[in-house]
Amino acid sequence: MARIPGMKTQRNAELGLLAFAMVLVAAYGATVEAARIGEITATFWVPAALLSVLFLGLHAVVRYTAPYADPVIIPAVALINGLGVGFLRRLDIGDALSEKQPIPGIFSGIGGRQLAWTLISLILAAVLLLVVRDHKVVSRYAYTLGLTGIVLVMIPAVLPGSISEVNGAKLWVRIGSFSIQPGEFAKLALVSFFAYYLVRKREVLSLASRRVLGIDLPRGRDLGPVVTVWLLSLLVLVFEKDLGTALLYFGLFVVTLYVATERASWLIIGLLLFFGGVYVAYLLGDTVGGPFANFYDRAEVWLDPFSSANYNREFGSSYQLVQGLLSLGTGGLFGSGPGAGLPRFVPEVQNDFIFAGIGEEIGLFGLSALLVLYLLIVERGLRSALAVRDSFGKLVAGGLSFTLGLQIFVILGGITGLIPLTGQTTPFLSAGGSSLMANWLLIAMLLRISNAARGPAAGGAGGDRAGGGPKKAPAQLHGAMTEVIKP
Amino acid sequence: MPEFVLTVARFGFLILLWIFVFTVVGVIRRDLFAGVRSKSIVASPRGVGGAVPEGRPAAKAKRGKAARQLVVTAGNLAGTRITLGEAPITIGRAEDSTLVITDDFASARHARLVPRDGQWFVEDVGSTNGTYLDRGKVSGLTPVPLGVPIRIGRTSLELRP
Repeated sequence: MARIPGMKTQRNAELGLLAFAMVLVAAYGATVEAARIGEITATFWVPAALLSVLFLGLHAVVRYTAPYADPVIIPAVALINGLGVGFLRRLDIGDALSEKQPIPGIFSGIGGRQLAWTLISLILAAVLLLVVRDHKVVSRYAYTLGLTGIVLVMIPAVLPGSISEVNGAKLWVRIGSFSIQPGEFAKLALVSFFAYYLVRKREVLSLASRRVLGIDLPRGRDLGPVVTVWLLSLLVLVFEKDLGTALLYFGLFVVTLYVATERASWLIIGLLLFFGGVYVAYLLGDTVGGPFANFYDRAEVWLDPFSSANYNREFGSSYQLVQGLLSLGTGGLFGSGPGAGLPRFVPEVQNDFIFAGIGEEIGLFGLSALLVLYLLIVERGLRSALAVRDSFGKLVAGGLSFTLGLQIFVILGGITGLIPLTGQTTPFLSAGGSSLMANWLLIAMLLRISNAARGPAAGGAGGDRAGGGPKKAPAQLHGAMTEVIKP
Repeated sequence: MPEFVLTVARFGFLILLWIFVFTVVGVIRRDLFAGVRSKSIVASPRGVGGAVPEGRPAAKAKRGKAARQLVVTAGNLAGTRITLGEAPITIGRAEDSTLVITDDFASARHARLVPRDGQWFVEDVGSTNGTYLDRGKVSGLTPVPLGVPIRIGRTSLELRP
């Protein structure tokens, strides 16, 4: 896209913020080494420097392909990602010290692996930005994407438990030591499909309604798709045994529906359906057991984690949740300092419980900073959704940012005991390739849409056409049908 | 490492973290205020929009008061304002129009507003249901006085000073 002189791109602001973020990552590394090893080694800056090179690469791609994209998304995500790498390296150092091993190299252990995943994720994000020059193009492949999404969701459910089951939740595909979580990628595909579907149906869904008790209820036949997705997410709940994923897909659909139709009744219907379904699943787990038993156990653990019956359970014990809560409590307001905590008491501290591990060391004060950063990322996404001028872009940007926010809510709510714990990853922070790749792709898509939202209007304005660049006729989602009224 | 250094590092890191958050907010704040002049759902393209405060319409003061804004007074987009420049404004359901109206009775390319020597003219560009200036149907270039409604389907637009 050609740059127009005088129009603010704010790319330099992004570069400055990115440099600041990397300084913070380096400072975190140094603090960890000072606290853990007792001295700052000569190589403390290397992970931060490597990350800087990677993010600079992405920054360059954005400068070239999406010059008007939002300037704060990349730095905020880069900081969270960098702190994640730093924390995982801190776990490596801690493990090596407790086993009297030498300090591990930069590229070894989970920290090194996370560094490699970051590289791959950023390459994927850059490729997406380079290939998809206009987000409307995605709507052409909506049905393919929708099918792909559903297949990706279903894969772990149909595979035998030995391949797909980890800690009771069937969300993975494991081949040897390598495992991916296809559901992470399904989010992106499903958002695009929902957006496309609702752009075409929004008029019917928002106009035809009956008014009951002050809220506009949609007609029975228009409820079809929302009921289908509700059933689908309940199937996910039952067969993949994961409330978080079910909540994610269902919430995603309901919110996209709400954004498309501007009707609060969809939110009310959605919430009632979901909580009703979950409550029935809980009751069935109590009486029938079988596929519902896992969810029942989790709900029991959530209701009373500190009871000895739940703590001493053989399967699905509340041990992890309790350790996480104790970690957060030990951290208190200001934390024990980076590198000075005892994260290894919490099982899975590198994955689901990374927030508890980090929280112990940076305290409520630091955690709230991280949460504000997440909030800002989501806010920038929603802002792009407001500003972009086509309905498909609005729904995709709104859906993607909401998914990101909902996922953070689900895992954080789980760790802090607000909702039953489920095995979601913390975006950009947790160890693991699937989550990192999928979320960076999500960010790339948001950047692409925010570029369209903040950039000059592509054509249409007649003589004062903004800038050069090829002017293709944009895809007409509505068609150009006009009703004739007789005078 | 002495205890003192560790404490400084620990709190220094937290403070830096929050400084970063506030810097990010600062950048966004500037960005938010830059767009505050044009509170339109439909972002105005360059040369038309309020994003360029110094690029005020050159055509003015010829007839006492010149139109500076196009305001949607009725319809789905009611409340939307577009600051007028020197560029023509296209109105229709097509997504590349300057003002994309979601109105069932509007055509993809419905009407056009063009400035000539400080006066704005409205022109129907082959719509199905027609464009009305106050009560009369628009055919050909018609001058638009300030405050007189242009009706397109269920949407009404007005020029304001």
